[in-house]
Amino acid sequence: MRRRSPLLWAAALCAYAFLYVPLAIVVVYSFNDSRLNAEWVGFTLDWYRKLAADDEMLAAAGNSLAIGLVASLVSTVLGTMAGVAMHRYRLRLLPILIVAPIAIPEILMGVSLLIFFVLLNFTLGLVSVALAHIAFCIGFVAIVVRARLAGMDETLTEAARDCGATPWKAFRHVTLPLIMPGVVAGALMAFTLSIDDFVITFFTAGAGTVTLPLQIYSMIKISVTPEVNAVSTLLMLLTLLLIVIAAKLSPSLLRSERET
Amino acid sequence: MAGTRPDTRLARWLVAGPPLLYLLVFFAAPALIMVLASFRSPGEFGGLAPLVDEAGKVDLNVDSYARFLTETVYMQVFVKSAWYAGLTTAICLLLAYPLATLIAKSAKKYRDLLLLLVILPFWSNFLIRIYAWMIILGPNAALAKAVNGVLAVFGAGPVPLLFSGFAVLVCLVYVHLPFMVLPLYANLEKHDQALLDAAQDLGANAWQRFWRITFPLSLPGVYAGAALVFIPALGIFAIPDILGGPEDTLIGNLIKQQFLETRDWPFGSVLSIVLTVSALVLAGTAAWVGRRSLGAARA
Repeated sequence: MRRRSPLLWAAALCAYAFLYVPLAIVVVYSFNDSRLNAEWVGFTLDWYRKLAADDEMLAAAGNSLAIGLVASLVSTVLGTMAGVAMHRYRLRLLPILIVAPIAIPEILMGVSLLIFFVLLNFTLGLVSVALAHIAFCIGFVAIVVRARLAGMDETLTEAARDCGATPWKAFRHVTLPLIMPGVVAGALMAFTLSIDDFVITFFTAGAGTVTLPLQIYSMIKISVTPEVNAVSTLLMLLTLLLIVIAAKLSPSLLRSERET
Repeated sequence: MAGTRPDTRLARWLVAGPPLLYLLVFFAAPALIMVLASFRSPGEFGGLAPLVDEAGKVDLNVDSYARFLTETVYMQVFVKSAWYAGLTTAICLLLAYPLATLIAKSAKKYRDLLLLLVILPFWSNFLIRIYAWMIILGPNAALAKAVNGVLAVFGAGPVPLLFSGFAVLVCLVYVHLPFMVLPLYANLEKHDQALLDAAQDLGANAWQRFWRITFPLSLPGVYAGAALVFIPALGIFAIPDILGGPEDTLIGNLIKQQFLETRDWPFGSVLSIVLTVSALVLAGTAAWVGRRSLGAARA
């Protein structure tokens, strides 16, 4: 007996509208032929043209891309190792260190890394941001990879070992191909998290380095302009694409992520 | 020859070692340094004072902790942050409950899609989601005009929607809603329909069925969601920074100020530690209460 009351539907519909209308407004106004984000005037692609000619924005996008690639690559390798380790061995410290960066408010990681880098006389910039991003991405990759391993038949690896494969060969030729969708999903997730991160980047970037979210922040602190809508629309499109691919590769992703 | 192999110990370190080392260096060590910094004095030009001064006196004290406890303004900011976070949690619960119920009751083939639709906005950039509310609540936008139009009918002056506590609260709810829906859904999905049918056979009406059965059983999900919303909301700084007015300084803004503007690291560290400890205590309490209520509901 599954009766769904219209009241429930109405409430849920309102909740979905609440989630999507604000984002839709950002997208729609990116095509609006008006400086004010207040009412629809007419269609234009001017804000995208302006974006393509904005050197600061392009430099920020380049920085974000470079940091995202390095951070996702390194955190995927380390996160996969952590996921495998947590699946195979009974460890005490590693699971805590994996979950803690996800569980505590982001600002804490930002400020503690700021003190850390400054005390070590480490110049704040692209490298410090990448190091910080790797630290918070490892956990996400590890959780996705572990979920994949939990659904895998471990006897296959055992069989490879019994046939004389070294641990590395067994991992390389049996385990890794089987968990590959999880690894790739983890990598895409790490890239998305890195390219989207504002809080931790804000504290670890220093004065001279600008990423896409930092550039958006300084623009909206001054004024609301449709150019921000245009860059936001492109960024949302990129994130959407990456996450949909990641979710296809690893369906468990949608439930396990950030649910720790 | 399955089972323990001679290479396990080495393999274990080879696999677990690198990520462990990385997180020890870039997560645990900075956290530890922050704890140590909270017991030091601020430096003359920001940062920390020298550990050992010219007179040979070692710089270790609890001055910053004393300052937090004695100057009431900081406690007030903490209380205000907790108030905003609590209100956010309550509103998220009210919005998320019908949504999670609907998803849990939908046909299996639609569930993943409906769930995906809840999660997707969460994956769009955090700043973009804040910016969207700058547009909606802006002084020239339709909403502000409508609200102030209605207020004018009653003779009340125009109120700004943007740069206010209202804007901060709306955006806090907006950003954290998915965190409440997910654990609630995960809980509601597991409920046994037979219990509700039995209650109905025994004459319970819809409200009684909800209040006496569904709601108590969903409490673990409620507590998990509350922790997932309250903790990040407590430490938020970007939302009040962008959407709030001058009086909407929350604990996150205070921490940012201490590290980037006044550059008083010891005091900033104290604030961060108080925030961490409250977050951990809350998460622990939520997990404990959740387990207990589940036990009570089953008994």
